[in-house]
Amino acid sequence: MALETQTAPPKVRLDPVRWMRDNLFSSWANSILTIVAVVLLYSIVQPASRWIFTQADWTVVVANLKLLMVGQYPLDQVWRVWLSLLLTMAMLGVSKGVWSKVVGNVGPAYVLGLTLLAVLPFPLYGLTNRLWLAAGAAVLIGGWWLGRRYGASPTFRNGVSWAWVLLLPLVLLLLRGIEPLLPVIPTRAWGGLLLTFVLAITTIVFSFPIGVLLAVGRRSSLPAVSIFSTIYIEVFRGVPLVTVLFMFLIMLPLFVPGSESTDNIIRAIVGFTLFTAAYIAENVRGGLQSIPKGQFEAAKAVGLNPFLTMVLIILPQALRIVIPSNVSQYVSLYKDTALVVVAGGGMLELLGISRNIANQPEFLGKFIEALVFAGVLYWIFAFSMSYIARRLEAEMGVSKR
Amino acid sequence: MQKVCVSGALMIMLLVLSACGAAAPDPAAISQAVRETVAALPAPEAPQVSAPDPAAIAQAVRETVAALPAPEAPAAEPAATPEPAQPAEPATGESRLDTVLARGNLICGVSGSLAGFSNLEPDGSYSGLDADYCRVVAAALFNDPDAVEFVPLSAQERFTAVQAGTVDVLFRNTTWTASRDTSVFMDFGPTIFYDGQGMMVRADLSIATLEELDGATICVQSGTTTELNLTDQFRALNITFTPLVFEDIDATYTAYNEQQCDAVTSDRSQLIARRTTLAEPDAHIILDAVLSKEPLAPAVAQNDSRWTDVVVWSVFVTFQAEEFGLTSENVDTFLDTENPDIRRFLGVEGEVGIGFGLENDFAYSIVKNVGNYGEIYDRNLGPDTPFDLARGPNDLWTNGGLLYAPPFR
Repeated sequence: MALETQTAPPKVRLDPVRWMRDNLFSSWANSILTIVAVVLLYSIVQPASRWIFTQADWTVVVANLKLLMVGQYPLDQVWRVWLSLLLTMAMLGVSKGVWSKVVGNVGPAYVLGLTLLAVLPFPLYGLTNRLWLAAGAAVLIGGWWLGRRYGASPTFRNGVSWAWVLLLPLVLLLLRGIEPLLPVIPTRAWGGLLLTFVLAITTIVFSFPIGVLLAVGRRSSLPAVSIFSTIYIEVFRGVPLVTVLFMFLIMLPLFVPGSESTDNIIRAIVGFTLFTAAYIAENVRGGLQSIPKGQFEAAKAVGLNPFLTMVLIILPQALRIVIPSNVSQYVSLYKDTALVVVAGGGMLELLGISRNIANQPEFLGKFIEALVFAGVLYWIFAFSMSYIARRLEAEMGVSKR
Repeated sequence: MQKVCVSGALMIMLLVLSACGAAAPDPAAISQAVRETVAALPAPEAPQVSAPDPAAIAQAVRETVAALPAPEAPAAEPAATPEPAQPAEPATGESRLDTVLARGNLICGVSGSLAGFSNLEPDGSYSGLDADYCRVVAAALFNDPDAVEFVPLSAQERFTAVQAGTVDVLFRNTTWTASRDTSVFMDFGPTIFYDGQGMMVRADLSIATLEELDGATICVQSGTTTELNLTDQFRALNITFTPLVFEDIDATYTAYNEQQCDAVTSDRSQLIARRTTLAEPDAHIILDAVLSKEPLAPAVAQNDSRWTDVVVWSVFVTFQAEEFGLTSENVDTFLDTENPDIRRFLGVEGEVGIGFGLENDFAYSIVKNVGNYGEIYDRNLGPDTPFDLARGPNDLWTNGGLLYAPPFR
């Protein structure tokens, strides 16, 4: 508490010349470094921006925007994808209202992004899509207001948590359809960014509990459980992801008769999940090991059995510690979904579609434009994920312990 | 959670199956499939797919396969022993034809990323020569060219997909070779496009023959048969050259465009298509020399005569229709023709179609719905397309080409 009694440091006036002298040209070495950096930056940024604005032919992206976003999903059913987006945005808004610090600037940034996309005169898409985008921004703001209004009530907070849990199955059901209410869209038609998200998010959701179970299992005193967990983890960590996918997508029908009719997307998700779970397990195990022995002893002292000790005392602490490493695992998984292009199975997620559209006769060879666009999309969402994770970390005080 | 359980069960079954030597699918067939899959990784026809180091994958797969027969107590689950194996083998005499007819649509393996042959259009449909031939077979089966489910396949998985039965037929700019016909367990249909490896050079180098390329730098894709053909041909001609090797097709032509090499080699159809994308298309010429034969043909799993017959003769229908002068526009006017050959062909008389287990007028369905070979060719590679490929060997035998259909009787 001594901090509060000390006087704050004097505020420095923001003077550009002074700032530059202090930070950029404080010494000979620094001045040289600054000049070299500026020259380097210019030599990269100048040709890049010239290419982006004058040389690149973005019509390949404009003409194929629908393919890049949802693949071959039928045009008259795309409203289901939009509705899924709206649901997600509403949930994001509510969460921003309830846990303002965790969501941080992602909420406003998405509102801004959606509004800009809806309003700016890009020649990319028509009025319907603009209305959907605007609706996305609107429900985000609406949810935000709702979250702020009722965020104080614990029931509401619990409800929001459960709604997040239910969101994925609901969205998947909406996308796939259910007879006779909604026509079923075969997953073969799913593609582009939509497929990337389905693969990544489903895998994240499934691999987390499996990973935690494996981590606890590996530390178990029962030999059968711990040996199985150890073998599982070491096998999947020792094999390249491409090989796992190759096995599930291509080789499986050769070994297991009848499995060729299994949905390719499910097979890919199973492959990704089994692989990611092994890594999550190792992350979580690291967290478990960092919990001091005193915690176990204290739990025992108050009479908790081993199961309750794990669930109530150890895991909540351990999982908080491993947020950063788990999120970086998830971000890398999100990008690794592109490996299905190499492994096969006929799935055209964002990267697969980007490569394919550069082979349309009228856009032959325009692959750089398509890949740059895909790269920007990958970056936006990977960055959002790691940003939220950083806030979550700060909010839960991971670094303070 | 259910997905995970299913996968867990699959994994265990897999281990048990491979432990029970006799019940498991023929390991030789699988290892051959894997070997071919791996060997085919950077095949010349599908260079768009950039694969990681093929040797690494080969090694990884071989290890995966080798690691499978783990000592996982075969006695523990004896119930799994009588499990049937070899999914793609029609040992019981049941043909894929029955499967396809019962299913009601054709599952067709295509490249999906080769302009002019099969590529995804902005509206999500497939177009190209290969894609249209999928429609030809669908029209023969169901009188509906749209009863096709297209599956984009990479070069490495295409044959495995056929063997595993994931696709019914492969129209994937696949070169018909002896080893693919034998040890990869494929059966091939008639060639639908005769291609050959060519060489493109800058016009201002004024080079007309391969011999003049002595000492040149040549851009080529790595690990492909294109690369092997180049080496073979130049060694035969006793020419020295420096290969500039790329893994990705786009990178290959970008490098050529930036003058990193004097010449680029690939299939001639591809060279012609790619020339249109260069900065100055007219500043490049394609030499007359042909370095290799590349007959692109449909493939099906071997030892299934009834299904192979349907695919083979559906292709022949398009040749024969052009020879008769039948097109999708005028075929209706021929229904009351006196010519017995055409009457039999269109199913007005005789029982040609019945013999295949199809409708008697399956040829009419093909011509009416998709067209004859010339129409299909012109639609995808002809003068009105960016490719403007001359028919060359892909013309009727009556016009000096190689397309020849046996009689329909």
